[in-house]
Amino acid sequence: MDNSNTATVDWKELDHDRLCLVIKGRLDVETTGSLWRKILKTIAGTKPRELLVDASQIEYCDGAGIGLLLELTQTQKQNNRRIQITGLNPDFQPLMKLFDPGQTTELPPKRASLAQRIEILGEKTARLLQDVKAQISFTGEAFVKLLSTLIHPRTLRWRDTFLIAEKAGANAVGITALLGFLIGLILAFQSAVSMQKFGAQVFVTDLVCLALFRELGPLITAFVLASRSGSAFAAEIGTMKINEEIDALTTMGLDPVRFLVVPRLIAAICVIPLLTMFNNLFGLIGCGVVMSFFGSPPITYLHRIQQAATMTDLCGGLAKTFVFGALIAGIGCLQGIRTGTGPSAVGDSATRAVVSGIVAIVVADGIFAVLYYFLNI
Amino acid sequence: MSTETKPVIRVKDLTIGYGDNIVLRNVDFEILTSEIFTILGGSGCGKSTLLKHMIGLMQPLGGSVLIDGTDIVTAQGSDRLGVLRKIGVAYQNGALFGSMNLMENLCLALEEFTDLPKDAMEMIARMKLKSVGLEGSAYKMPAELSGGMRKRAAIARALSLDPKVLFLDEPSAGLDPITSAQLDKLILELSHSLRITFVIVTHELSSIFTVADRVVMLDKNTKTIIATGKPAELRDHSENPWVRQFFNRQA
Repeated sequence: MDNSNTATVDWKELDHDRLCLVIKGRLDVETTGSLWRKILKTIAGTKPRELLVDASQIEYCDGAGIGLLLELTQTQKQNNRRIQITGLNPDFQPLMKLFDPGQTTELPPKRASLAQRIEILGEKTARLLQDVKAQISFTGEAFVKLLSTLIHPRTLRWRDTFLIAEKAGANAVGITALLGFLIGLILAFQSAVSMQKFGAQVFVTDLVCLALFRELGPLITAFVLASRSGSAFAAEIGTMKINEEIDALTTMGLDPVRFLVVPRLIAAICVIPLLTMFNNLFGLIGCGVVMSFFGSPPITYLHRIQQAATMTDLCGGLAKTFVFGALIAGIGCLQGIRTGTGPSAVGDSATRAVVSGIVAIVVADGIFAVLYYFLNI
Repeated sequence: MSTETKPVIRVKDLTIGYGDNIVLRNVDFEILTSEIFTILGGSGCGKSTLLKHMIGLMQPLGGSVLIDGTDIVTAQGSDRLGVLRKIGVAYQNGALFGSMNLMENLCLALEEFTDLPKDAMEMIARMKLKSVGLEGSAYKMPAELSGGMRKRAAIARALSLDPKVLFLDEPSAGLDPITSAQLDKLILELSHSLRITFVIVTHELSSIFTVADRVVMLDKNTKTIIATGKPAELRDHSENPWVRQFFNRQA
C-alpha cells in the first residue's frame, strides 16, 4: 500500500477490431481506481472484437487488480468478443480462478412493482392480523397467570418484583415530582394570566386541581412510566431473547410469562398510583407557588383545594392508573418477547413499547372519560 | 512457503492484563512476512486478549507491538490509521454490520478509503465473497446467514482492502469439516499469491497442521509463552510434556 507506487496503461489499435492494452506497475486497491475508469471507458468506446491484455509488466496485483482483469474478461464475454490475457505472473494466476465470481445472476433489490406492492400490502395485513392474534393471546395468558399468582402469592418471585418496583417506582420519584411541579406551575400561570382579565383568578386552583387529579396527574405519570420502564422492560426481555435466555427458561420448564411478565405487571400496577400521588402533590405545590405570586395566601389556597376537588376526583384518577400500569408493563413485556434478530431489534422493540404504550394509555383514558361521564363520576 | 524472512510484526516485551490481573507477562515473538502464524493455548490463557492487543483494541500494561515498523500501541492519528489499513480482522462471531447486506458490508471500507468506481467495488465484493464460497449471497442480510456463513463473510470483509496482515479469531470454530478444509485452502492460496501474513487464533489441530508455518503456545499458569516453532516439530520433539499432550490430543 505504498502510495509512491503507480499503475499505468498504454493501448494501441492493432487493426480495425483488435486492441492491445499494456498494463504496467502495481495494481492494488489504491492505484486501480483511476485505471479502471480509463480502461473501461476505452473499451466501451472502441468495442474491440479482440482484446489483448499484456500483463507481463504488472509488478504486483492484489484483489482489486484481479478484479479489473476479471471485469475485462466478463465485459468481453458478455458482448461475444474475445480476450487474451498474457504474461501475468504465475503467482497471481491462481487468484484469477479463486476470485472469479462468474456471470452474476444475482441482482440488487429493485423498487417493487405494483403487483409486488399489492403482495407486500397483503403480507403486511396478514402479519398485522397475526400480531393482533398474538397480542390477544398474550393478554389472555398474562391475565390468567396474574390471577393465578394472586391466588397463590407464594409462586410470585418477590425479590424480582421488589427490585423491578424499585427501578420503576422509587427511582422515578424525582422525575415524576419535577414534571408534576412544572406542569402545576405552568398550568396555573397560563390560566391565571387569562383569568385575571375577568377577575376569576380565584378559580385557577379549581382548574389546576381538577385537571391534575382527574387527567394530567395520571397521564403524565403513565407517560413517564411508559418511557422509562416500558422501554426498559422491552429492552431487558428483548436482550434475554437474543441471548437465548428465554429459550433456556422454556427448556428448563419455567414459564417465561410467570417468570418475567407477572413480576413486571405487579410492580408497575403497584407503583403507578403512588407515583401519581407524588405527581399530584408536586403539581399542587407548583400551583401554590403561582397563586402566592398572585397574592393568594396559603390557607386560602388550601381551602380552595378542599372545595374544588373531592375524594371521587382523586380516586377516579388513581383508579385509571392501575389500568395504565397494566398496559405499560404488558406492552413492554410483549414487545420484548416478540423481539426479532439483529442489532437494531432491541432498539426497535423498545421504541414500539413506548409508542404503543403511549397510544394505549391515551385510548384507555378516552374510554375512562366516557365511562366516568355515564357513571356520573 | 515464506520467501521473505523480514518480520512484519514484532511483539516486544508485551505485558497484558486487566488492572492488577496480569494475563501474559513479557511476551516476545516475531511474525514473518507471508507467514501463517498460529496462537495456541488452553482455555483462558489469553489468546484472544493477546490478539486484541495486537490489533490495537486494548492498551497493554507494557511493551510494544510493531506492525510493519509502526508501534500500534503508541501510534496516533494518521500513523495509527496507516497501520490499521494494513491489517484486516475477522472476529469470532463475524461482527458484520447487521443493518447492511453483505455487499454493503464489503463495500464500506472500499468506499471510505479508495477512489474505485462503484462497479469496481461491487466486482471486488463479489470476488471476495466467491473466494469464501458465498457467491449468490451478496444481497443477503447477516441475520439471514448461518453462523458459518457469517464467519466466512467476515473473512471476505476483512479481505476487502487486501490487507498485509489478516488476523483470524477462531476461524474454523463452528464450521463443518468440508468448509473448514476449504477455508484452510483459501488461507494457503492467499498466503502464497498475495503474500498475506496470517495470524490465527485456533484450537483446530487439523487446521494447524495443514496451514501453520509456526505456532506460539501460551500457558495460563506461567502466564507466558511455553513453546514456539513448527507444529510437527513441537508435536514430536517438544521437551514440554503439556505441549506434546496438546498436539497429540491426549487427555
